[in-house]
Amino acid sequence: MIMDLTVGLNHYLILAAILFAIGVMGVLTRRNILIIFMSVEMMLNSANMTLIAFSHYLENAGGMIFTFFTLTVAAAEVGVGLAIVVTIFRNTESLDVRKLNLLKN
Amino acid sequence: MEHAAEQVHHAADTVAAAAAHAPDLHYAIWLLLFPLIGLVVNGLINRNWPEKLTGWFGSLMIIGSFSVAVSLFMQLLKLDPHHRAVNVTFFNWLNIGGLHLDFAFLIDPLSVVMILVVTGISSLIHIYSIGYMHGDARFRVFFTYLNLFVFFMLILVLGNNYPIMFIGWEGVGLASYLLIGFWWEDMSKAEAGMKAFVVNRIGDFGVLIAMFLMFSHLGTLTFSEVFPAAAQHYAHDLNNAVIVGIGLMLLLGAAGKSAQFPLYVWLPDAMAGPTPVSALIHAATMVTAGVYMIARSSMFYVLAPNAAWVVALIGGFTALFAATIGLRQFDIKKVLAYSTVSQLGYMVMACGVFAFGAGVFHLMTHAFFKALLFLGSGAVIHTMHGGLHHVNDHHTDPQDIRNMGGLRKKIPVTFWTFLLATLAIAGIPGFSGFFSKDEILAYAFMFFKGEGGLTILPYVLGLVAAGLTAFYMFRLVYLTFYGKYKGPEGSEEGLHESPAVMTVPLMILAILAVIGGWVGLPPVLGENLNKMHHWLEPVFAPSFEAVHYHPEHLSMGTEWVLITIAVLTALFGIGLAWMFYIKQGREAKPDSEQTGFAKVLWKKYYLDEIYNAGVIQPLIKTCKFFWHGVDEKVVDGGMVHGSARTVRWGGSVLRTLQTGVVGNYAVLLVIGVVAILLAVYVR
Amino acid sequence: MDAQTIVFAILALISLFSGIMVVTRKNPVHSILFLVLMFFCFAGFYVMLGATFLAAIQVLVYAGAIMVLFLFVVMMLNLRDPEALEGGTSFFQTLGFVVAIGFGIVLLAFLAGKPGPGVPTFPPGEAAYALGDAKSLGQELFHNYVFPFEIAGILLLAAVIGAVALAKRERV
Repeated sequence: MIMDLTVGLNHYLILAAILFAIGVMGVLTRRNILIIFMSVEMMLNSANMTLIAFSHYLENAGGMIFTFFTLTVAAAEVGVGLAIVVTIFRNTESLDVRKLNLLKN
Repeated sequence: MEHAAEQVHHAADTVAAAAAHAPDLHYAIWLLLFPLIGLVVNGLINRNWPEKLTGWFGSLMIIGSFSVAVSLFMQLLKLDPHHRAVNVTFFNWLNIGGLHLDFAFLIDPLSVVMILVVTGISSLIHIYSIGYMHGDARFRVFFTYLNLFVFFMLILVLGNNYPIMFIGWEGVGLASYLLIGFWWEDMSKAEAGMKAFVVNRIGDFGVLIAMFLMFSHLGTLTFSEVFPAAAQHYAHDLNNAVIVGIGLMLLLGAAGKSAQFPLYVWLPDAMAGPTPVSALIHAATMVTAGVYMIARSSMFYVLAPNAAWVVALIGGFTALFAATIGLRQFDIKKVLAYSTVSQLGYMVMACGVFAFGAGVFHLMTHAFFKALLFLGSGAVIHTMHGGLHHVNDHHTDPQDIRNMGGLRKKIPVTFWTFLLATLAIAGIPGFSGFFSKDEILAYAFMFFKGEGGLTILPYVLGLVAAGLTAFYMFRLVYLTFYGKYKGPEGSEEGLHESPAVMTVPLMILAILAVIGGWVGLPPVLGENLNKMHHWLEPVFAPSFEAVHYHPEHLSMGTEWVLITIAVLTALFGIGLAWMFYIKQGREAKPDSEQTGFAKVLWKKYYLDEIYNAGVIQPLIKTCKFFWHGVDEKVVDGGMVHGSARTVRWGGSVLRTLQTGVVGNYAVLLVIGVVAILLAVYVR
Repeated sequence: MDAQTIVFAILALISLFSGIMVVTRKNPVHSILFLVLMFFCFAGFYVMLGATFLAAIQVLVYAGAIMVLFLFVVMMLNLRDPEALEGGTSFFQTLGFVVAIGFGIVLLAFLAGKPGPGVPTFPPGEAAYALGDAKSLGQELFHNYVFPFEIAGILLLAAVIGAVALAKRERV
């Protein structure tokens, strides 16, 4: 099926999976909180893509509606998240997540 | 079996008929509410009320209860004698499997006698306490505890099933503990409270086992169901192991609460409490709970004559044993304490020879005269305190009769009331104690006539104990009130009669101690004069019916002979005391000069020492072994600390994962996700 | 090899490349720009999947608003030396790298397996392309999802207030 050169559902899913894994890698390996944040957005988008792909191939609008709400939540999340980043920077003068080790104490 | 079943039906009909005609007695809850109000108000709300208000408030609550009790008595009088058992259900309390228990009262002649005695005597003693406890730092607490006691005592006698009774049973134990150790600043008094509590635990164990046996074999614990069930199953199988077991376990409970041999040891020590407490709890009411329970459980004893025989022997032996100890005590309250043990033995013995009614009758008269004796002794102690205080003497023991003497002139009211009570307990004809004691002895003899052989023992034990009682009580009176004053020089000036709040209850009790027995006149004076007997008869009739127990009544001649023997014995005891302490003018010797058997008696047969060496020390050794050997080494060292060490080691390994850096937790989280996905995939 | 396949291949290559760039660039500004590029590619995919409305939203909200917000923040924080952030590689970073690759492999392994029941193997019909336009999506949204839609509005309001409250400099 992968060898079938006509674009199908699986192609979208594979692409989304790879991008999601790249996002995970970004979250796990980077220390700049902004880039981690961007990686999270990337993961969110690849998830959106699978939803839309399913929605299209199953001819069901549910996935698209879901994506619509995901977008809304993402927008809210980015707003609050960046506010938190700003606050963190104000407190620690850094964007390094290694400085965020308050959990230890 | 058929016959028994018929009887059960009959009993059920009776219950149903009673329910149809029964007046609404739900107001009986006020019996409990009054002391509860007193307890809550004095315990929680009252902060700085003056003594008088606190005391009278507490007393008024009990008087309220007493008036309810009187009203209930009137209500029962109106009913047909065979329908005088009213179950008053307030709410459903427990429904567990086959066990259905209501919070309900059983108002029948027996419980009404008990509540009248309890609330009546309590009222008088509450009022007396206002004077006796005057100036005590915890005056308010004292009245709170007294109300608490009355509350639980009423639950005990009113409950219509064993668990409710047991609640009261434990509650009065608590109140007793609190009140014995009321002056806990004195370590020995606090220890006396603990001793009472611990010894009572042994008895409570017996009651619990008895309840378990009842439930497992009879399936119910409600009085109105469990007795017919027992009759149905075991009426033709006397001395069945189950019923004997129940009987003996209840006896164990009674022995703890009612201070029977060998568990009586706590009662003399309980005299450490304030004297009104000794009078109320440890003479008149709480200690009779065991007798009440045995009388209430009469069915089990008629179905298990062997258990009843043990009851009779224990009771008779206790009566004699405690009386002999009482011969050689010097503490005025200790003499009365052993006298109480002895008299309780009488009551228990009465139950053992199936004279339940006579036992309860004696319970009542004893409550009158023994409460009076204790309150009188309290007044004496109060007076002695005043005298000693007058000369600033704080070393002389105000309770030791060797420091008294000649008080007759100083405190006439106390003396005369005390003397009346002594005549009553000694069994002088006309006084209350005579009638009840005589009835018990008559029943004991009747029992012998029916059974023969060794069954003469209860009668003999009772008779000898009666003689000894007369002796030691008059010894007490002579040493305390006659002769010349032996207290410290000059303290004589400080001896004064107690205030009216104390003497008026004494006088009321004195009247009761004299006439209280007239409700139970013996048959030789005329038919149907024993009102008490007829009043209680319906309670015990079903038990006797179940086994067709109809003892042959004694002939008039025999009765007269028995009465003559009893009176002569009492007079002999009094005469002996008169000869020793008045005619020969003997003085009680100080502690150091005690020798021979007298010393053994003075040391209470060394029973406390024997218990200490035989039970307590081995127990302490065993406990120490478990403490140092098992607990510290194995449990603490191996298990507790061992597991802690294991956890600590595990923690030190796992701690390296806890970097505190958020990103690292994310890595671990994803590892978890991958692991789950892999698990799903592999499947 | 129809035109759609070719477009898909090009967009896929660009988005994979920009994805890798996003997570590897040291300067956050570069990462942002690559992310914007990737989001445009996503919009292209959405168009191909018939989700034209969402493609527009993707460009407006993500590539526009959200990424601009990121840029603002980066400029506002004015990192003098973004490179200094990255120190030596820690054990957990190496572990994270391995785990992420493992994660990807597991995901692909799922997709390489036999498709389960209910998975469509046929190309969708013409109707599928009409699903995602503004009209049908709007009808769906305002007929069946009115309540969630309102909730989403409240969520956004809460986010606005939250963001303001967080980012506001506290008065000392």
